[in-house]
Amino acid sequence: MTDEVAAEILTTHILDLARSGRRLDGRGTNDYREIKVEPGFVVTADGSALTTIGTTKVVCGVKLEPGKPFPDTPNAGVLTTNAELVPLSSPTFEPGPPHPRAIEVSRVVDRAIRAAETIDLTRLCVTPAEKCWTCFVDIHVLDHTGNLIDAALLAALGALTHATVPAKRFGIRDADYPLEVKHLPVECTFVRLGDTIVVDPSFDEEQAAQGRLTVATDELGNVVAMQKGLIGAFSPEDVNQVVERALRHGERLRRIAQGSAP
Amino acid sequence: MGSIGAKEVPVLLSPEGRRIDGRRLDELRPLKITAGALHEADGSAYVEWGANKVMAAVYGPREVHPRHLQQNNKAIVQCRYNMAAFSVDERKRPGLDRRSQEISKVISEAFESVIFAEEYPRTSIDVYIEVLQANAGTRCAGIVAASVALADAGIPMVDLLPSVAVGKVAGEIALDLKKEEDNYGEADVPMALVPQSGRLVLLQMEGHLTAPELARALELGVRGCRSIYETMKQALRDRYATGEAAEPQGAA
Repeated sequence: MTDEVAAEILTTHILDLARSGRRLDGRGTNDYREIKVEPGFVVTADGSALTTIGTTKVVCGVKLEPGKPFPDTPNAGVLTTNAELVPLSSPTFEPGPPHPRAIEVSRVVDRAIRAAETIDLTRLCVTPAEKCWTCFVDIHVLDHTGNLIDAALLAALGALTHATVPAKRFGIRDADYPLEVKHLPVECTFVRLGDTIVVDPSFDEEQAAQGRLTVATDELGNVVAMQKGLIGAFSPEDVNQVVERALRHGERLRRIAQGSAP
Repeated sequence: MGSIGAKEVPVLLSPEGRRIDGRRLDELRPLKITAGALHEADGSAYVEWGANKVMAAVYGPREVHPRHLQQNNKAIVQCRYNMAAFSVDERKRPGLDRRSQEISKVISEAFESVIFAEEYPRTSIDVYIEVLQANAGTRCAGIVAASVALADAGIPMVDLLPSVAVGKVAGEIALDLKKEEDNYGEADVPMALVPQSGRLVLLQMEGHLTAPELARALELGVRGCRSIYETMKQALRDRYATGEAAEPQGAA
């Protein structure tokens, strides 16, 4: 009960601050926390990256293995994205089967990767209908202090852009070669706090939020995926404004994911 | 059928601007809603929308299972969106896959945004959506059915939630995609509208759209939702005009 009261007080405080465009950690409404993408964090993976947004920490590992194409896409490789919100990352996570919240993170990240055609899946086909590469994108959340979706996709993008296809190990070619990345989607997540819409919500801001909106954009200026989440609502004008903001943040996030200076 | 994987793309838009089933870009498929279609449930509704057939039932407010989900200051809304194994061409493995779980989550959140949950602390309002026959737009059909079922159950809400998907077909923004259009289309934007406030409580998107195209999609979707809203209200009027389950009514 005391937890509930404390949470209520914090929520009221966050909403009060938002009314004058302020935030608990001193950021402006359109400021991200510091973002870092460290590719090659896990050497046992074919591609990996550790991403931090403020204190939120997510690691992504990419593994490629020979597999069989799906019957309805015989000329394409297979891509699967999975996110694990392991109990070590937050006192609010419990062990057990995947929570809907984890499923949502993986599906929203997967949707952006797929819709943007990040990987040309036809290039992962080895023998049509028989043999292809299966690309596993596994996301592990280590520290959850808000905005998992953006961090997870940045980690996935960082891992994919630096991944190697282990063709030699599996006897498919004489040498390993870099995985070809075609497009670079990034996601920007916003939450509504009263009439204010802020980017990159912290954990406490997510708790106080009256609706969350994630917009994925590619480097060509397309919107490739969206997800509204949490309890709350957005007007079409809000959505259009959020899309504009996401397009602007997108350019910088892409540069960070690729490993160049922010 | 040609060689494996080389499927023929059908002509999705005629030079006259007609779609595969003869509709214009801003036209909905025929929608039939029956409020109060089931006996046991506290509230129910059956929706036929194009070739979609969706049943929704509401139980509650009732005791929370599992117990630890109970909230002391409000009711929780637990939605379960499920597709029958026979609802799609190739048999679907029964039970909730990850797609269904994600949809269940966003629908629960959409309804929790409009239900006066604080009036029923320590209870659960359970919303079950069963897709019996699927032809694109099943989550929207499910939301329409569930929202009529919630009203039928007498759950206090800000408003009904009309819902529709807008997509991009042959380069044009089109309302309420059917299966062929969804499969070969370039984008899909399902949404659910609170007509009173004009705000969206469900919004998802996949595909490729520019910002102006997305703005157009939202505009078209909001208009579609307002038309669906009228059909929903009529279904409830029909139900309570007779006092028993009404005959299915045509789209308004």
